Amino acid sequence: MKYLLIIYMNPTLFETLSEAERDAIFGAHDEFQKLVKETGELVGFAALADPSTSKTVRVRDEAPAVTDGPYIEAKEFLAGYYVVECESPERAAELGAMLPDAKLTAIEVRAIMESGGMEM
Amino acid sequence: MTDRRIEDLLRAYAPQVLGVLVRRYGDFSDAEDAVQEALLAAAMQWPEQGVPENPKAWLVTVAGRRLTDHIRSETARRRREDEIAALEPVDGRPEISDRDDTLTLFFWCCHPALSAPSQLALTLRAVGGLTTAEIASAFLVPEATMAQRISRAKLKIKGTGFTMPRPQDLDDRMRVVLHVLYLIFNEGYTATSGPQLHRVELTNEAIRLTRLVYALRAQDGEVAGLLALMLLTDARRGARTGPDGELIPLADQDRSRWNAGAIAEGIALVERTLATARLGPYQVQAAIAAVHAEAPRAAGTDWKQILSLYQLLQQLAPNPVVLLNMAVAESMVSGPGAGLARLDEIAADERLAGNHRVDAVRAHLLESAGDRDGARSAYLAAARRTTSLPEQRYLQQRAARLV
Repeated sequence: MKYLLIIYMNPTLFETLSEAERDAIFGAHDEFQKLVKETGELVGFAALADPSTSKTVRVRDEAPAVTDGPYIEAKEFLAGYYVVECESPERAAELGAMLPDAKLTAIEVRAIMESGGMEM
Repeated sequence: MTDRRIEDLLRAYAPQVLGVLVRRYGDFSDAEDAVQEALLAAAMQWPEQGVPENPKAWLVTVAGRRLTDHIRSETARRRREDEIAALEPVDGRPEISDRDDTLTLFFWCCHPALSAPSQLALTLRAVGGLTTAEIASAFLVPEATMAQRISRAKLKIKGTGFTMPRPQDLDDRMRVVLHVLYLIFNEGYTATSGPQLHRVELTNEAIRLTRLVYALRAQDGEVAGLLALMLLTDARRGARTGPDGELIPLADQDRSRWNAGAIAEGIALVERTLATARLGPYQVQAAIAAVHAEAPRAAGTDWKQILSLYQLLQQLAPNPVVLLNMAVAESMVSGPGAGLARLDEIAADERLAGNHRVDAVRAHLLESAGDRDGARSAYLAAARRTTSLPEQRYLQQRAARLV
Protein backbone atom coordinates (compact mmCIF):
# COMPACT_ATOMS: atom_id res chain seq x y z
CA MET A 1 0.00 0.00 0.00
CA LYS A 2 1.27 3.47 -0.89
CA TYR A 3 0.92 6.39 1.50
CA LEU A 4 1.39 10.11 1.14
CA LEU A 5 3.20 11.70 4.07
CA ILE A 6 2.03 15.29 3.93
CA ILE A 7 4.36 17.83 5.50
CA TYR A 8 2.71 20.91 6.93
CA MET A 9 4.70 24.06 7.53
CA ASN A 10 4.02 26.96 9.87
CA PRO A 11 6.29 29.86 8.86
CA THR A 12 5.68 31.82 12.08
CA LEU A 13 6.79 28.82 14.08
CA PHE A 14 9.71 28.15 11.75
CA GLU A 15 11.02 31.72 12.20
CA THR A 16 11.40 31.17 15.93
CA LEU A 17 13.93 28.37 15.32
CA SER A 18 17.65 28.93 15.62
CA GLU A 19 19.91 28.29 12.65
CA ALA A 20 21.17 25.11 14.26
CA GLU A 21 17.60 23.88 14.72
CA ARG A 22 16.80 24.58 11.07
CA ASP A 23 19.95 22.79 9.93
CA ALA A 24 18.91 19.86 12.05
CA ILE A 25 15.58 19.70 10.21
CA PHE A 26 17.26 19.59 6.80
CA GLY A 27 19.74 17.04 8.08
CA ALA A 28 16.92 14.87 9.41
CA HIS A 29 15.27 14.88 5.97
CA ASP A 30 18.52 13.71 4.38
CA GLU A 31 18.71 10.93 6.94
CA PHE A 32 15.09 9.98 6.32
CA GLN A 33 15.60 9.80 2.56
CA LYS A 34 18.66 7.62 3.03
CA LEU A 35 16.72 5.28 5.28
CA VAL A 36 13.63 4.80 3.08
CA LYS A 37 15.82 4.41 -0.01
CA GLU A 38 17.69 1.62 1.71
CA THR A 39 14.54 -0.14 2.85
CA GLY A 40 13.07 0.08 -0.66
CA GLU A 41 10.04 1.98 0.68
CA LEU A 42 10.66 5.35 -1.02
CA VAL A 43 8.53 5.90 -4.11
CA GLY A 44 8.92 9.66 -4.52
CA PHE A 45 9.17 13.00 -2.75
CA ALA A 46 9.17 16.72 -3.38
CA ALA A 47 9.60 19.99 -1.53
CA LEU A 48 7.26 22.74 -2.66
CA ALA A 49 8.00 26.42 -3.19
CA ASP A 50 6.46 28.98 -0.85
CA PRO A 51 2.71 29.38 -1.46
CA SER A 52 3.21 33.12 -2.03
CA THR A 53 4.68 32.08 -5.40
CA SER A 54 1.57 30.06 -6.29
CA LYS A 55 -0.83 30.93 -9.08
CA THR A 56 -4.43 29.87 -8.62
CA VAL A 57 -6.41 29.06 -11.75
CA ARG A 58 -10.19 29.13 -11.95
CA VAL A 59 -12.35 28.40 -14.97
CA ARG A 60 -15.78 30.04 -14.88
CA ASP A 61 -18.10 29.98 -17.90
CA GLU A 62 -15.27 28.35 -19.85
CA ALA A 63 -13.00 31.35 -19.19
CA PRO A 64 -9.82 30.72 -17.20
CA ALA A 65 -8.79 33.36 -14.66
CA VAL A 66 -5.37 33.31 -12.99
CA THR A 67 -4.74 35.01 -9.65
CA ASP A 68 -1.59 35.23 -7.52
CA GLY A 69 -1.39 33.32 -4.27
CA PRO A 70 -2.73 30.02 -2.90
CA TYR A 71 -6.28 28.66 -3.13
CA ILE A 72 -6.61 28.24 0.64
CA GLU A 73 -5.14 30.90 2.92
CA ALA A 74 -4.10 29.39 6.24
CA LYS A 75 -1.44 29.62 8.91
CA GLU A 76 -0.12 26.22 7.85
CA PHE A 77 0.52 25.17 4.29
CA LEU A 78 1.60 22.11 2.34
CA ALA A 79 5.39 22.32 2.21
CA GLY A 80 6.22 18.97 0.66
CA TYR A 81 5.50 15.29 0.64
CA TYR A 82 6.91 11.79 0.55
CA VAL A 83 5.29 8.84 -1.20
CA VAL A 84 6.22 5.62 0.55
CA GLU A 85 5.11 2.05 0.00
CA CYS A 86 4.93 -0.01 3.14
CA GLU A 87 3.34 -3.06 4.61
CA SER A 88 0.89 -1.53 7.07
CA PRO A 89 -0.70 1.77 8.10
CA GLU A 90 1.22 1.40 11.37
CA ARG A 91 4.52 1.39 9.50
CA ALA A 92 3.41 4.45 7.50
CA ALA A 93 2.68 6.29 10.76
CA GLU A 94 6.04 5.16 12.12
CA LEU A 95 7.75 6.67 9.07
CA GLY A 96 5.71 9.87 9.50
CA ALA A 97 6.88 10.15 13.10
CA MET A 98 10.51 10.06 11.91
CA LEU A 99 10.07 13.30 9.97
CA PRO A 100 11.43 16.32 11.88
CA ASP A 101 8.34 18.37 11.02
CA ALA A 102 6.24 16.02 13.16
CA LYS A 103 7.82 17.67 16.21
CA LEU A 104 7.04 21.16 14.96
CA THR A 105 3.69 20.94 13.19
CA ALA A 106 2.28 17.57 12.14
CA ILE A 107 2.54 14.98 9.39
CA GLU A 108 -0.66 13.78 7.81
CA VAL A 109 -0.50 10.16 6.67
CA ARG A 110 -3.03 9.37 3.96
CA ALA A 111 -3.43 6.22 1.88
CA ILE A 112 -3.11 6.57 -1.89
CA MET A 113 -6.00 5.04 -3.81
CA GLU A 114 -5.25 1.92 -5.81
CA SER A 115 -6.25 1.58 -9.41
CA GLY A 116 -7.20 -2.06 -8.92
CA GLY A 117 -10.29 -3.46 -7.28
CA MET A 118 -12.30 -6.62 -6.67
CA GLU A 119 -15.74 -7.13 -8.13
CA MET A 120 -18.33 -7.53 -5.40
CA MET B 1 11.76 -17.80 -34.13
CA THR B 2 9.84 -14.65 -33.13
CA ASP B 3 11.09 -12.31 -30.41
CA ARG B 4 8.10 -13.28 -28.31
CA ARG B 5 8.91 -17.00 -28.56
CA ILE B 6 12.55 -16.31 -27.76
CA GLU B 7 11.49 -14.36 -24.70
CA ASP B 8 9.28 -17.24 -23.52
CA LEU B 9 12.12 -19.68 -24.11
CA LEU B 10 14.58 -17.53 -22.15
CA ARG B 11 12.24 -17.16 -19.22
CA ALA B 12 11.68 -20.90 -19.10
CA TYR B 13 15.46 -21.43 -18.95
CA ALA B 14 16.06 -18.69 -16.36
CA PRO B 15 15.58 -20.79 -13.19
CA GLN B 16 17.47 -23.78 -14.63
CA VAL B 17 20.50 -21.71 -15.59
CA LEU B 18 20.46 -19.97 -12.24
CA GLY B 19 20.30 -23.33 -10.46
CA VAL B 20 23.39 -24.55 -12.30
CA LEU B 21 25.33 -21.38 -11.51
CA VAL B 22 24.44 -21.33 -7.84
CA ARG B 23 25.54 -24.95 -7.54
CA ARG B 24 28.83 -24.25 -9.29
CA TYR B 25 29.80 -20.99 -7.68
CA GLY B 26 27.81 -20.92 -4.49
CA ASP B 27 26.86 -17.25 -4.46
CA PHE B 28 23.17 -16.67 -5.17
CA SER B 29 23.22 -12.90 -5.38
CA ASP B 30 26.01 -12.58 -7.95
CA ALA B 31 24.79 -15.63 -9.87
CA GLU B 32 21.36 -14.05 -10.17
CA ASP B 33 22.83 -10.83 -11.58
CA ALA B 34 24.95 -12.83 -14.04
CA VAL B 35 21.92 -14.78 -15.27
CA GLN B 36 20.06 -11.52 -15.86
CA GLU B 37 22.98 -10.28 -17.96
CA ALA B 38 23.10 -13.51 -19.95
CA LEU B 39 19.34 -13.37 -20.60
CA LEU B 40 19.72 -9.81 -21.80
CA ALA B 41 22.62 -10.76 -24.10
CA ALA B 42 20.56 -13.62 -25.54
CA ALA B 43 17.54 -11.39 -26.07
CA MET B 44 19.75 -9.05 -28.11
CA GLN B 45 21.72 -11.66 -30.06
CA TRP B 46 19.38 -14.57 -30.74
CA PRO B 47 16.77 -12.75 -32.84
CA GLU B 48 19.57 -11.72 -35.24
CA GLN B 49 22.01 -14.60 -35.05
CA GLY B 50 19.54 -17.40 -34.46
CA VAL B 51 18.97 -19.55 -31.40
CA PRO B 52 22.05 -21.65 -30.54
CA GLU B 53 21.81 -25.41 -30.84
CA ASN B 54 21.95 -25.88 -27.07
CA PRO B 55 20.39 -22.70 -25.65
CA LYS B 56 20.77 -23.71 -22.03
CA ALA B 57 24.49 -24.50 -22.40
CA TRP B 58 24.95 -21.15 -24.16
CA LEU B 59 23.26 -19.32 -21.28
CA VAL B 60 25.22 -21.24 -18.65
CA THR B 61 28.50 -20.43 -20.43
CA VAL B 62 27.76 -16.74 -20.88
CA ALA B 63 26.38 -16.30 -17.35
CA GLY B 64 29.32 -18.26 -15.91
CA ARG B 65 31.80 -16.05 -17.76
CA ARG B 66 30.09 -12.89 -16.48
CA LEU B 67 30.12 -14.26 -12.97
CA THR B 68 33.83 -15.19 -12.95
CA ASP B 69 34.70 -11.84 -14.58
CA HIS B 70 32.73 -10.10 -11.88
CA ILE B 71 34.26 -12.06 -9.03
CA ARG B 72 37.77 -11.59 -10.45
CA SER B 73 37.38 -7.82 -10.77
CA GLU B 74 35.81 -7.59 -7.34
CA THR B 75 38.63 -9.64 -5.93
CA ALA B 76 41.27 -7.56 -7.67
CA ARG B 77 39.64 -4.44 -6.41
CA ARG B 78 39.77 -5.69 -2.88
CA ARG B 79 43.30 -7.04 -3.42
CA ARG B 80 42.31 -10.31 -1.91
CA GLU B 81 43.98 -12.84 -4.12
CA ASP B 82 43.10 -15.68 -1.80
CA GLU B 83 39.51 -15.50 -3.02
CA ILE B 84 40.62 -16.65 -6.48
CA ALA B 85 40.79 -20.19 -5.27
CA ALA B 86 37.19 -20.05 -4.11
CA LEU B 87 35.81 -19.13 -7.51
CA GLU B 88 37.04 -22.18 -9.37
CA PRO B 89 34.12 -24.44 -10.21
CA VAL B 90 33.66 -27.16 -7.63
CA ASP B 91 33.77 -30.53 -9.34
CA GLY B 92 32.65 -33.89 -8.15
CA ARG B 93 29.24 -32.76 -6.89
CA PRO B 94 26.40 -35.14 -7.59
CA GLU B 95 24.38 -34.26 -10.68
CA ILE B 96 21.17 -32.59 -9.61
CA SER B 97 18.20 -32.26 -11.89
CA ASP B 98 16.66 -29.02 -13.13
CA ARG B 99 13.44 -30.04 -11.41
CA ASP B 100 15.05 -29.95 -7.98
CA ASP B 101 16.87 -26.72 -8.79
CA THR B 102 13.70 -24.93 -9.84
CA LEU B 103 11.84 -25.99 -6.72
CA THR B 104 14.80 -25.03 -4.51
CA LEU B 105 14.83 -21.63 -6.20
CA PHE B 106 11.15 -21.12 -5.38
CA PHE B 107 11.83 -21.92 -1.72
CA TRP B 108 14.86 -19.64 -1.73
CA CYS B 109 13.00 -16.65 -3.19
CA CYS B 110 10.08 -17.20 -0.81
CA HIS B 111 12.34 -17.45 2.23
CA PRO B 112 10.33 -16.78 5.41
CA ALA B 113 12.88 -14.18 6.56
CA LEU B 114 11.85 -11.89 3.67
CA SER B 115 8.90 -9.51 3.57
CA ALA B 116 6.10 -10.33 1.14
CA PRO B 117 7.00 -7.57 -1.37
CA SER B 118 10.60 -8.85 -1.44
CA GLN B 119 9.46 -12.44 -1.92
CA LEU B 120 7.28 -11.36 -4.84
CA ALA B 121 10.00 -9.32 -6.51
CA LEU B 122 12.67 -11.96 -6.09
CA THR B 123 10.43 -14.77 -7.36
CA LEU B 124 9.48 -12.78 -10.47
CA ARG B 125 13.14 -12.00 -11.21
CA ALA B 126 14.94 -15.22 -10.31
CA VAL B 127 12.30 -17.81 -11.26
CA GLY B 128 10.22 -15.75 -13.67
CA GLY B 129 13.18 -14.20 -15.50
CA LEU B 130 11.55 -10.74 -15.55
CA THR B 131 13.80 -7.69 -15.51
CA THR B 132 13.82 -5.26 -12.59
CA ALA B 133 12.28 -2.60 -14.87
CA GLU B 134 9.41 -4.93 -15.80
CA ILE B 135 8.74 -5.81 -12.17
CA ALA B 136 8.90 -2.15 -11.12
CA SER B 137 6.39 -1.09 -13.75
CA ALA B 138 4.09 -3.97 -12.80
CA PHE B 139 4.07 -2.79 -9.19
CA LEU B 140 3.96 0.92 -10.12
CA VAL B 141 7.14 1.90 -8.30
CA PRO B 142 10.34 3.49 -9.66
CA GLU B 143 12.95 1.05 -10.96
CA ALA B 144 15.46 2.25 -8.33
CA THR B 145 13.01 1.35 -5.55
CA MET B 146 12.50 -2.15 -6.94
CA ALA B 147 16.24 -2.64 -7.53
CA GLN B 148 16.87 -1.71 -3.91
CA ARG B 149 14.21 -4.15 -2.67
CA ILE B 150 15.74 -6.95 -4.70
CA SER B 151 19.32 -6.35 -3.62
CA ARG B 152 18.26 -5.99 0.03
CA ALA B 153 16.35 -9.25 -0.18
CA LYS B 154 19.35 -11.02 -1.72
CA LEU B 155 21.60 -9.65 0.99
CA LYS B 156 19.25 -10.87 3.68
CA ILE B 157 19.28 -14.49 2.50
CA LYS B 158 22.97 -14.51 1.59
CA GLY B 159 24.59 -17.39 3.38
CA THR B 160 21.44 -19.50 3.40
CA GLY B 161 22.33 -22.84 1.82
CA PHE B 162 20.98 -23.57 -1.65
CA THR B 163 19.21 -26.73 -0.54
CA MET B 164 15.67 -28.02 -0.25
CA PRO B 165 13.97 -27.28 3.10
CA ARG B 166 14.10 -30.04 5.72
CA PRO B 167 11.30 -32.58 5.22
CA GLN B 168 9.53 -31.44 8.40
CA ASP B 169 9.54 -27.81 7.11
CA LEU B 170 8.49 -28.65 3.57
CA ASP B 171 4.73 -28.12 4.05
CA ASP B 172 5.14 -24.74 5.76
CA ARG B 173 7.64 -23.55 3.18
CA MET B 174 5.36 -24.68 0.35
CA ARG B 175 2.50 -22.64 1.90
CA VAL B 176 4.71 -19.53 1.65
CA VAL B 177 5.51 -20.24 -2.02
CA LEU B 178 1.82 -20.68 -2.81
CA HIS B 179 0.92 -17.52 -0.93
CA VAL B 180 3.49 -15.53 -2.92
CA LEU B 181 2.09 -16.90 -6.19
CA TYR B 182 -1.41 -16.03 -4.99
CA LEU B 183 -0.33 -12.45 -4.21
CA ILE B 184 1.28 -12.06 -7.64
CA PHE B 185 -1.95 -13.29 -9.22
CA ASN B 186 -4.11 -10.90 -7.19
CA GLU B 187 -1.85 -7.96 -7.93
CA GLY B 188 -2.49 -8.52 -11.63
CA TYR B 189 -6.11 -9.62 -11.36
CA THR B 190 -7.35 -6.58 -9.44
CA ALA B 191 -5.84 -4.25 -12.05
CA THR B 192 -8.62 -2.87 -14.20
CA SER B 193 -7.62 -0.92 -17.30
CA GLY B 194 -5.79 2.06 -18.70
CA PRO B 195 -2.14 2.59 -17.83
CA GLN B 196 -2.20 -0.55 -15.69
CA LEU B 197 -2.98 -2.86 -18.60
CA HIS B 198 0.46 -4.44 -18.48
CA ARG B 199 -0.22 -5.49 -14.91
CA VAL B 200 -2.65 -8.02 -16.33
CA GLU B 201 0.45 -9.91 -17.43
CA LEU B 202 1.12 -10.58 -13.78
CA THR B 203 -1.88 -12.94 -13.75
CA ASN B 204 -0.41 -14.82 -16.72
CA GLU B 205 2.95 -14.92 -15.01
CA ALA B 206 1.42 -16.18 -11.76
CA ILE B 207 -0.43 -18.92 -13.66
CA ARG B 208 2.74 -19.86 -15.58
CA LEU B 209 4.77 -20.13 -12.37
CA THR B 210 2.01 -22.06 -10.58
CA ARG B 211 1.89 -24.50 -13.51
CA LEU B 212 5.64 -24.91 -13.05
CA VAL B 213 5.20 -25.78 -9.35
CA TYR B 214 2.29 -28.07 -10.24
CA ALA B 215 4.47 -29.94 -12.74
CA LEU B 216 6.95 -30.55 -9.91
CA ARG B 217 4.50 -31.21 -7.05
CA ALA B 218 1.31 -32.51 -8.67
CA GLN B 219 0.61 -34.70 -5.65
CA ASP B 220 0.18 -31.64 -3.40
CA GLY B 221 -3.57 -30.92 -3.45
CA GLU B 222 -3.08 -27.29 -2.49
CA VAL B 223 -0.82 -26.64 -5.52
CA ALA B 224 -3.53 -28.04 -7.78
CA GLY B 225 -6.14 -26.11 -5.78
CA LEU B 226 -4.32 -22.81 -6.23
CA LEU B 227 -3.84 -23.41 -9.96
CA ALA B 228 -7.55 -24.22 -10.32
CA LEU B 229 -8.52 -21.14 -8.28
CA MET B 230 -6.40 -18.93 -10.53
CA LEU B 231 -7.80 -20.45 -13.73
CA LEU B 232 -11.41 -20.17 -12.55
CA THR B 233 -10.97 -16.59 -11.31
CA ASP B 234 -9.01 -15.46 -14.36
CA ALA B 235 -11.73 -16.95 -16.59
CA ARG B 236 -13.94 -14.01 -15.53
CA ARG B 237 -11.36 -11.37 -16.49
CA GLY B 238 -13.06 -10.30 -19.72
CA ALA B 239 -16.44 -9.87 -18.02
CA ARG B 240 -15.49 -8.28 -14.71
CA THR B 241 -14.98 -4.74 -16.02
CA GLY B 242 -16.98 -2.56 -18.40
CA PRO B 243 -15.62 -0.51 -21.31
CA ASP B 244 -14.46 2.31 -19.01
CA GLY B 245 -12.80 0.00 -16.51
CA GLU B 246 -15.80 0.07 -14.14
CA LEU B 247 -16.25 -3.03 -12.00
CA ILE B 248 -19.16 -5.33 -12.84
CA PRO B 249 -20.38 -7.48 -9.93
CA LEU B 250 -20.46 -11.25 -10.37
CA ALA B 251 -24.27 -11.32 -10.54
CA ASP B 252 -24.36 -8.85 -13.47
CA GLN B 253 -21.50 -10.26 -15.54
CA ASP B 254 -22.12 -11.44 -19.11
CA ARG B 255 -21.30 -15.09 -18.57
CA SER B 256 -20.90 -15.76 -22.29
CA ARG B 257 -17.69 -13.73 -21.97
CA TRP B 258 -16.20 -16.08 -19.39
CA ASN B 259 -13.32 -18.16 -20.71
CA ALA B 260 -14.84 -21.61 -21.18
CA GLY B 261 -11.49 -23.32 -21.73
CA ALA B 262 -10.02 -22.02 -18.49
CA ILE B 263 -13.22 -22.98 -16.62
CA ALA B 264 -13.16 -26.52 -17.99
CA GLU B 265 -9.50 -26.94 -17.04
CA GLY B 266 -10.09 -25.47 -13.58
CA ILE B 267 -13.12 -27.64 -12.85
CA ALA B 268 -11.34 -30.81 -14.00
CA LEU B 269 -8.41 -29.94 -11.71
CA VAL B 270 -10.66 -29.34 -8.70
CA GLU B 271 -12.61 -32.56 -9.22
CA ARG B 272 -9.49 -34.66 -9.62
CA THR B 273 -7.82 -33.08 -6.58
CA LEU B 274 -10.80 -33.19 -4.21
CA ALA B 275 -11.13 -36.89 -4.95
CA THR B 276 -7.52 -37.79 -4.17
CA ALA B 277 -5.56 -35.21 -2.15
CA ARG B 278 -5.70 -33.98 1.43
CA LEU B 279 -8.16 -31.09 1.65
CA GLY B 280 -6.91 -27.52 2.05
CA PRO B 281 -8.12 -23.90 1.80
CA TYR B 282 -7.09 -23.29 -1.83
CA GLN B 283 -9.00 -26.36 -2.95
CA VAL B 284 -12.13 -25.20 -1.14
CA GLN B 285 -11.83 -21.70 -2.62
CA ALA B 286 -11.39 -23.28 -6.06
CA ALA B 287 -14.48 -25.42 -5.41
CA ILE B 288 -16.48 -22.25 -4.58
CA ALA B 289 -15.23 -20.60 -7.80
CA ALA B 290 -16.23 -23.79 -9.66
CA VAL B 291 -19.80 -23.63 -8.31
CA HIS B 292 -20.10 -20.04 -9.55
CA ALA B 293 -18.58 -21.02 -12.90
CA GLU B 294 -21.01 -23.91 -13.35
CA ALA B 295 -24.09 -21.68 -13.09
CA PRO B 296 -25.25 -20.66 -16.57
CA ARG B 297 -27.04 -17.65 -15.03
CA ALA B 298 -26.49 -15.87 -11.69
CA ALA B 299 -29.99 -16.92 -10.59
CA GLY B 300 -29.05 -20.57 -11.12
CA THR B 301 -26.16 -20.45 -8.61
CA ASP B 302 -26.20 -23.28 -6.07
CA TRP B 303 -25.91 -21.04 -3.00
CA LYS B 304 -26.58 -23.91 -0.58
CA GLN B 305 -23.46 -25.62 -1.78
CA ILE B 306 -21.50 -22.38 -1.64
CA LEU B 307 -22.66 -21.79 1.95
CA SER B 308 -21.52 -25.24 3.05
CA LEU B 309 -18.18 -24.76 1.28
CA TYR B 310 -17.65 -21.46 3.14
CA GLN B 311 -18.45 -23.25 6.40
CA LEU B 312 -15.82 -25.83 5.51
CA LEU B 313 -13.33 -23.08 4.61
CA GLN B 314 -13.96 -21.37 7.94
CA GLN B 315 -13.09 -24.63 9.72
CA LEU B 316 -9.91 -25.14 7.70
CA ALA B 317 -8.66 -21.55 7.74
CA PRO B 318 -10.69 -19.28 10.06
CA ASN B 319 -10.75 -15.74 8.71
CA PRO B 320 -13.20 -12.84 9.21
CA VAL B 321 -13.39 -12.21 5.45
CA VAL B 322 -14.66 -15.78 5.00
CA LEU B 323 -17.37 -14.99 7.58
CA LEU B 324 -18.39 -11.95 5.50
CA ASN B 325 -18.75 -14.13 2.42
CA MET B 326 -20.74 -16.59 4.52
CA ALA B 327 -23.19 -13.82 5.43
CA VAL B 328 -23.71 -13.15 1.71
CA ALA B 329 -24.26 -16.85 0.99
CA GLU B 330 -26.64 -17.10 3.94
CA SER B 331 -28.75 -14.25 2.62
CA MET B 332 -28.95 -15.97 -0.77
CA VAL B 333 -30.13 -19.17 0.88
CA SER B 334 -32.42 -17.85 3.64
CA GLY B 335 -33.09 -14.21 2.70
CA PRO B 336 -31.43 -10.87 3.54
CA GLY B 337 -32.72 -10.92 7.15
CA ALA B 338 -30.65 -14.00 7.95
CA GLY B 339 -27.60 -12.45 6.25
CA LEU B 340 -27.97 -9.20 8.18
CA ALA B 341 -28.30 -11.05 11.50
CA ARG B 342 -25.08 -12.92 10.72
CA LEU B 343 -23.39 -9.68 9.66
CA ASP B 344 -24.21 -8.02 13.00
CA GLU B 345 -22.51 -10.91 14.79
CA ILE B 346 -19.30 -10.74 12.80
CA ALA B 347 -19.04 -6.95 12.40
CA ALA B 348 -17.99 -6.81 16.05
CA ASP B 349 -14.77 -8.67 15.14
CA GLU B 350 -12.01 -6.13 15.62
CA ARG B 351 -10.09 -7.54 12.65
CA LEU B 352 -12.90 -6.14 10.47
CA ALA B 353 -12.90 -2.70 12.12
CA GLY B 354 -12.95 0.00 9.44
CA ASN B 355 -13.11 -2.60 6.66
CA HIS B 356 -15.18 -1.20 3.81
CA ARG B 357 -16.35 -4.69 2.85
CA VAL B 358 -18.55 -4.89 5.95
CA ASP B 359 -20.36 -1.71 4.86
CA ALA B 360 -20.52 -2.92 1.25
CA VAL B 361 -22.08 -6.25 2.24
CA ARG B 362 -24.50 -4.50 4.60
CA ALA B 363 -25.48 -2.13 1.80
CA HIS B 364 -26.22 -5.00 -0.61
CA LEU B 365 -28.25 -6.87 1.99
CA LEU B 366 -30.23 -3.77 3.02
CA GLU B 367 -30.94 -3.06 -0.64
CA SER B 368 -32.27 -6.61 -1.12
CA ALA B 369 -34.38 -6.16 2.01
CA GLY B 370 -35.91 -2.99 0.52
CA ASP B 371 -34.33 -0.53 2.97
CA ARG B 372 -33.23 2.07 0.42
CA ASP B 373 -32.13 4.77 2.87
CA GLY B 374 -30.14 2.34 5.00
CA ALA B 375 -28.54 0.82 1.88
CA ARG B 376 -27.61 4.23 0.54
CA SER B 377 -25.82 5.35 3.69
CA ALA B 378 -24.02 1.99 3.94
CA TYR B 379 -22.86 2.27 0.31
CA LEU B 380 -21.55 5.78 1.01
CA ALA B 381 -19.78 4.62 4.17
CA ALA B 382 -18.11 1.83 2.15
CA ALA B 383 -17.16 4.31 -0.59
CA ARG B 384 -15.42 6.54 1.97
CA ARG B 385 -13.50 3.64 3.46
CA THR B 386 -12.22 1.80 0.40
CA THR B 387 -8.76 2.65 -0.96
CA SER B 388 -9.57 1.29 -4.42
CA LEU B 389 -10.69 3.82 -7.03
CA PRO B 390 -12.82 1.44 -9.13
CA GLU B 391 -14.50 0.07 -5.99
CA GLN B 392 -15.23 3.59 -4.82
CA ARG B 393 -16.73 4.44 -8.18
CA TYR B 394 -18.92 1.34 -8.09
CA LEU B 395 -20.12 2.00 -4.53
CA GLN B 396 -20.92 5.65 -5.26
CA GLN B 397 -22.91 4.57 -8.32
CA ARG B 398 -24.92 2.08 -6.27
CA ALA B 399 -25.64 4.80 -3.70
CA ALA B 400 -26.69 7.29 -6.40
CA ARG B 401 -29.21 4.81 -7.81
CA LEU B 402 -31.04 4.81 -4.47
CA VAL B 403 -31.65 8.56 -4.21
